Amino acid sequence: MRKQRYIRNVATLKLEVDKCSGCGMCATVCPHRVFEVADGKAAIVDRDACMECGACSLNCPAEAITVKPGVGCAVAVFRAIFGRGKGGCDCNCCNTNE
Amino acid sequence: MDGREIQRASSQLSRADRLGGFKVRWAMGRMKYTIEPGLYAIGNPGGEAPVFVTANYKLSFDTLRKELGGLDGWILALDTKGINVWCAAGKGTFGTDELVRRIELTELNKVVSHRKLIVPQLGAVGVAAHEVKKRSGFSVVYGPVRAKDIKAFLEAGMTASEQMRQVRFSLYDRLVLTPVEFVMVGKKLVLIMAAFFILSGLNSKGYSTDLVLSVGSRSAANVFAAFLAGAVISPALLPLLPGRSFSFKGFCAGLVIAIVLALSQLTGGRIETVGWLFLIAALSSFAMMNFTGASTYTSLSGVKKEMTIAVPVQLTAAIIGTGLWLTSRFS
Repeated sequence: MRKQRYIRNVATLKLEVDKCSGCGMCATVCPHRVFEVADGKAAIVDRDACMECGACSLNCPAEAITVKPGVGCAVAVFRAIFGRGKGGCDCNCCNTNE
Repeated sequence: MDGREIQRASSQLSRADRLGGFKVRWAMGRMKYTIEPGLYAIGNPGGEAPVFVTANYKLSFDTLRKELGGLDGWILALDTKGINVWCAAGKGTFGTDELVRRIELTELNKVVSHRKLIVPQLGAVGVAAHEVKKRSGFSVVYGPVRAKDIKAFLEAGMTASEQMRQVRFSLYDRLVLTPVEFVMVGKKLVLIMAAFFILSGLNSKGYSTDLVLSVGSRSAANVFAAFLAGAVISPALLPLLPGRSFSFKGFCAGLVIAIVLALSQLTGGRIETVGWLFLIAALSSFAMMNFTGASTYTSLSGVKKEMTIAVPVQLTAAIIGTGLWLTSRFS
């Protein structure tokens, strides 16, 4: 299946190649296959597929990856603006998925 | 229960399990669809059997145990307050701290002889594998995204193919989320429909109950059609609709539906028809924009960017549409 695409050139994802140890954890955990590892270094090969979940950055032992993690949810953005962000999540996304 | 007590879990889902799964998809009792956090045995596991980590949301737990039929293994259910793995990982409840704590509480190191945990890949949003190793001695192996690939993953010597590592958003994935969408916005939708129903009695001579029945029912139905366009048709046709932003996709679907309704002469006179074009497109766009949270590929940066354009446009279109509709009441 063709990859579904969202808005271009907005992802906050950054990789400092100098720090990268080439362990490949980022490529393993990324749900959208943004990274590839070759010659002992990771590279961002599909930045626009990044959904900013933060898994790569959290699992990078070399702290070479930074991303501003967040949930791409308009309802959550409204809630944050209207100051209801702290209440438990009761929107559709979180309780029907397996 | 105290952490050491190990419960058995079946890999067969009962009729009650399946009914429960159906109900939560319709938003019934979602918030308390949980199981006790802790360690569960599947089959007859020994010290060498693999350990699968999951959330204490019953739908997650059931999906996992169903896929483990015929295997001997352990399920370690983390306390995620009844939220699924991915969303809980995003909130941090399915995370390093809870995982390390649950390993200690269940004394997992005495139950199994190996030091390996199979964590669903999407759990990586909250779990830092190297931290878990440092703090508990257990190494995390990230399993496939979907539980149904677990057997293939085990057979391949605990390696996942690219296919298994990628999140998808299939037609089924999208449609299964639409009923809950209905229930979530249900109240607001009924209020908007009621408002149009009642206001449609207004005319230059005062108030007419005949108009409520004719124009009112038609107007309420059009509002409902707008919602269908944005919350059911747009998600279903997601990859086919133009543009990348969800609000634009919803806007297009709404416009098409509005044109179909207009051609079917269900939108009243000329002024009112133009009003409905604006209103239905705006409502559909808004409903589809709210589907970003249910999707599996939208980023927060992207959602914010689309909202800065879409929300003012939706508001303006809704105001113009309502204005024209009201005008048509008195002309």
